[in-house]
Order: sequence, then C-alpha cells, then structure tokens
Amino acid sequence: MPNSTAEKVRPVQKDRPGSKVNSLQDEIDRLTERFGTERKALIPILQEIKKRHHIISGYAMQCVADRLSISPAEVYGVVSFYSFLHEEYQGRIVIRLCRTISCDMAGKDAIARQIQNDLGIKFGETTPDGKFSLEWANCVGMCDQGPAIIVNEQVFTHVTPEKVQEIITACVKMYERTPDLFKKGNHNEHKK
Amino acid sequence: MNIRNEVTFASIRPKDGLTAALGKDRDVVVEEVLRSGLKGRGGAGFPTGVKWKLAAEAKAEEKYIICNADEGEPGTFKDRVILAEWADLVFEGMTIAGYAIGAKSGIIYLRGEYGYLRQALEDKLALRRTEGLLGDDVMGKKGFSFDIHIHMGCGAYVCGEESALIESLEGKRGESRNRPPFPVSEGLFGCPTVVNNVETLAWVAAIFALGPDWFKHVGTEKSSGYKLLSISGDVAHPGVYEFPMGTKISAILKAAGAERPKAAVVGGASGILVPAKDFKRAICFEDVSTGGSIIVLSEDRDFLDILENFQEFFADESCGQCTICRLGNVKLLEGIRLLKEGRCTTKHLQELCTLGSSMRAASKCGLGQASPNMFLSILQHFKGEVLGRPQADDHFVNKRKAS
Ligand SMILES: Cc1cc2nc3c(=O)[nH]c(=O)nc-3n(C[C@H](O)[C@H](O)[C@H](O)COP(=O)(O)O)c2cc1C
Ligand code: SF4
Ligand code: FES
Repeated sequence: MPNSTAEKVRPVQKDRPGSKVNSLQDEIDRLTERFGTERKALIPILQEIKKRHHIISGYAMQCVADRLSISPAEVYGVVSFYSFLHEEYQGRIVIRLCRTISCDMAGKDAIARQIQNDLGIKFGETTPDGKFSLEWANCVGMCDQGPAIIVNEQVFTHVTPEKVQEIITACVKMYERTPDLFKKGNHNEHKK
Repeated sequence: MNIRNEVTFASIRPKDGLTAALGKDRDVVVEEVLRSGLKGRGGAGFPTGVKWKLAAEAKAEEKYIICNADEGEPGTFKDRVILAEWADLVFEGMTIAGYAIGAKSGIIYLRGEYGYLRQALEDKLALRRTEGLLGDDVMGKKGFSFDIHIHMGCGAYVCGEESALIESLEGKRGESRNRPPFPVSEGLFGCPTVVNNVETLAWVAAIFALGPDWFKHVGTEKSSGYKLLSISGDVAHPGVYEFPMGTKISAILKAAGAERPKAAVVGGASGILVPAKDFKRAICFEDVSTGGSIIVLSEDRDFLDILENFQEFFADESCGQCTICRLGNVKLLEGIRLLKEGRCTTKHLQELCTLGSSMRAASKCGLGQASPNMFLSILQHFKGEVLGRPQADDHFVNKRKAS
C-alpha cells in the first residue's frame, strides 16, 4: 500500500467456498465436516461464520448448537464472551484502534477523533453502507510503534491524524479491487 | 521490527537444539532444563524444568504442549517479534518439550490480533513437516511423533491465563479454572498439559543448542539467562531488547534513551510502578519480576491518566466470574475518576485501598489478583500528586481564570 505502514499485507479470507452457498445450514454442515462436531470445534466454526458473514445471528447460533448437540445458550455464552465474535452485523472492514497505555501516550485520542470524523460514525458503530465498523482494541502488541490500528488482519503503525484518510482510502481501494473478499455475506438469511 | 540490541536467538542455528535434545534420553532432557535454571518468561516465573518433570511423570494416554502466544499484557510485544523472526526456535522448543514429557501434539494459541502472522507460521510448519522435523519419527527418532497446530484466539486478554486458555481451546468461555488440579496433571481435555510462553520455548531450543551450563552462568543466582524486554512509552528508541537477568532498570532505561523518566511501569497493567528513586533495582525474579513489559513515564505524565487507562482495561477484560474482580475493578475506576475530578475524600481513598487488598486476596486468577497493583503502587509512591486536584467548578480556579 502506498506510504502505508502496514507490516504485512495478506488476503483476509482464503477459504471462501467456490460454489454458491445455498443456505446457512448447508454451510454449517460443511464447517462441521471440516472442524468436527465436538465442543472444541465451536470457536473455529464461529470464527469462520463471522469471517464470511460479518455477523453471528441468533439463527446461526441455533444451527451451530443443533449440529454440536449443545444448548444455544452455550453458544451465545461463547459469542458474547469474545470481542472478535459478534452477534451484531459488523462492517466488512473493521477498524480497531488500540486504546491501551502506550498508544494512549502516543496520541490515540487525536486519531480516534479523526477516524470518527472521517467515517462519520462513533466507536461501536457501523457505517450505513455496511462497509466500515469502528471498534476499540486493547493492546495489540505494537506498543513500540503506536498509535496502532488493526484493519481486519492488517496492522498500521505510527498512525497520525493526517494518515487516517489515507488508510481509509487504501481500505476502500482494497475493497473495490477485491470485492470478492468483501462480498456481502448472505447475512439476511440469518434473520429468518 | 524494532530489535534494538543483539539478541541471542539470532545466533542460534536451527536444528542444533533439537538434534542435541533428541540425542538424549527423555529424563536427561528434563534434567538439563532443570539444571539450566530456566524459569517461565510469561510472567509468573515458574521453573520450566519442574513443570516438565511433573507432566513427564503423569501417566496418561494423551498429553499436550501448549505455546501461549496470547501476548496481551499492555506494553508487551516481544513474543510477536520472536514469532515473526525466530519461529523455528519456538517450534523446536515445543518439539523438545513434547519429547521430554511424552506428548504427541502441540498447540499454538495465537491471539486473534496476530492473525497476520498466521500464514507465515503455517508455511514454516509445513516446511518442517516435509523436512521430517515434525510428524512421525521426528528426525528419524523411532517412536517419537509430534505435530503442531495453530489455534486462533478471539480477543480476550484473560485467555492468556493458562487455565482460561485451556477452557477456550475446549470451545468454552475463557473463564479461569480453580486450582488444583493444575494443568500439568489435568489440563486440556483432562490430560496432562504443559503451557509455556513463546519466549520460554525459544530459550529451550537455545539451551539445547548451547548447553544448560551456558544459560546457568548468565544472570543471577535465582534467575538464569537473558530476558527479552519490550520497551515503550517516553523513550527515544522503543523496541525489543535483550538483557541478562539482574540488569539494573537504570541501565535498561539508558540504553532505550528514556526521556526525563519519573517512573517506569514494569510488567504492564498487572505489574508495578517503579519510581525513579528505585531505578537501581534489577529486573529478575528475586527483585522486579516481569513478563517483559517496561513502559517509561516522563515527568510530564499524569499518573491519574495512566491509572485510568489501566483500570479501564481491567474493567473491560475481567471475565466476570468473581464478584470482587468484576465489581472491584469498576469501583476502582470510579474512584480514579473521582480523584481526577478532585472529589475523592481521604476516607473513600482509604476504602479503595482496602478494596484493592481484598481483590489481591480474594480473586480466583492472576487478572483480579494483579489488577489493583498499579493503583496501590501509585498511591504508595505518589499520593501527594493525586489528591486535591482542582474541580471543574472550582471557585479558586475560576476566579484565577477570570482575573
Ligand atoms: C490475566 C493473565 C494473562 C496472562 N497472559 C499471558 C500471556 O499473554 N502470555 C503468557 O505466556 N502468559 C500469560 N500469563 C501467564 C500464564 O498463565 C502462564 O503462567 C504462562 O503461560 C506459563 O508459561 P511460562 O511458565 O513459560 O511463563 C497470563 C496470566 C494471567 C493471570
Ligand atoms: S479474578 Fe477476574 S478474571 Fe480472574 S477468574 Fe475472577 S473474575 Fe475472572
Ligand atoms: S498499547 Fe497499543 S499496541 Fe500496545
């Protein structure tokens, strides 16, 4: 990425199935073929659903619970515990700004204000077009290069308020170049 | 990568450690780790050899080696650098551990925030499989099979705590377990499990490459070897440094170019505050012990800002099982905000200190036990700086502004 401070650029989703997925149930069946139906498969399955659909809906949790023969409440308990799993829809580009000490000392507040201005949303919100979500992160292990931002799985360091727009533009380009990666998941189906 | 001084790992030739270890009997391997004096680099400093010995002696069909790569302590990033630069040493350390305790599988619990490291690690693991360094009969050693898999975390600091990590691997909420039983006897899926930090495992490979006595002779009586430190905050050269155990904080700060330091936070949010007058203290298990995080605070920093940030972190990351940790951290946060607003009475402050002591005593895991550390540490050293702050509608302040 031009002038960016990304440490590593990697495609975000590698194992998107080639064929069109007919229904969430079929998809979950395929995930259980891959990860198994034991309890230990739960988190990898949920991570995969989140990655593909940007949401883990009540319906999805119910389907997973059925396949693993556990209570949906157990699945919900797990989804609500981990900050990277989400019941609500999250944008295809999730921007996480580190709010912890070293990044705070390096000026994360100014970055936070600028991102909110440029995206037009507050932390914890998603843009109406479903492209971006803005979240806080706790220390992301880049404290020597703060303020640090993680966008999906990519890191930006030494972020300054003037770089914010550049990072957002780069994300939009990535979004347009590889729409497949960001293809709108069939998340409406979850709302059945 | 900000690697600031010479790091031993860079000079270790891959395969040397593994070759040496597999040439020895299992109990000799455990014996040598004991002899090296290696203690856990993840923070708690438990002797690695003792942990391995207990797991080796446990009788079970299955045993597991877990590499704790959840590195979530604020101010810590040395495990990220190790995984990016010297992952093979970590894999070798895990393989040696597997051999020593009789485990066939190793799992790397990699924090979700480090997802961008995953593909490179998978590629290296695949290469090791083709080179016969993983899989059946590792390096031609009949009967010793070992493989390593990566499991991604999902953004929960408490999952760095070993029993919470194990719960998470089992597909559950990352809630710490009661101990005993300890993981070495009943860990993952009820099997004997060794959980070691990334750095600890890399040192294992180095120890077998260079010999346990080499390691033993570095450092202090009770803390052998070198330690990687993650240094950030008000320093000219933040990054990863290697120092022998027992190095004085002043020497470390000098190397990193600390700018007018008034204190250093050692050990992250769970650590302690070391004021400048104590910079002669040393980094080692018998003095100031740490998983490796040093955050330097210059004279311009306000301790209450720092405290508020740490306390928000704990209030956010508490797993919520223990009432005292779940609510105590929120109470401390409210207290810090009262102090900032200049509205905290001395009596209330006293109550908060008592609460802090109770949290240390009554919390189930290290998160709750360590969460009041910074609060108590700052009050111990800098009480004068945090009391009597001006209030927003302060009569005196407003008058001064008006004139
Ligand atoms: C809240 C909490 C978080 C922890 N986070 C980590 C971590 O991120 N990495 C780590 O290696 N150890 C962490 N630990 C320590 C582990 O519980 C465990 O002691 C360590 O992984 C053992 O490895 P070692 O003996 O090689 O240090 C944490 C402990 C607590 C209480
Ligand atoms: S001390 Fe806190 S984090 Fe640890 S188990 Fe109790 S509530 Fe959870
Ligand atoms: S404090 Fe922001 S990355 Fe560590």
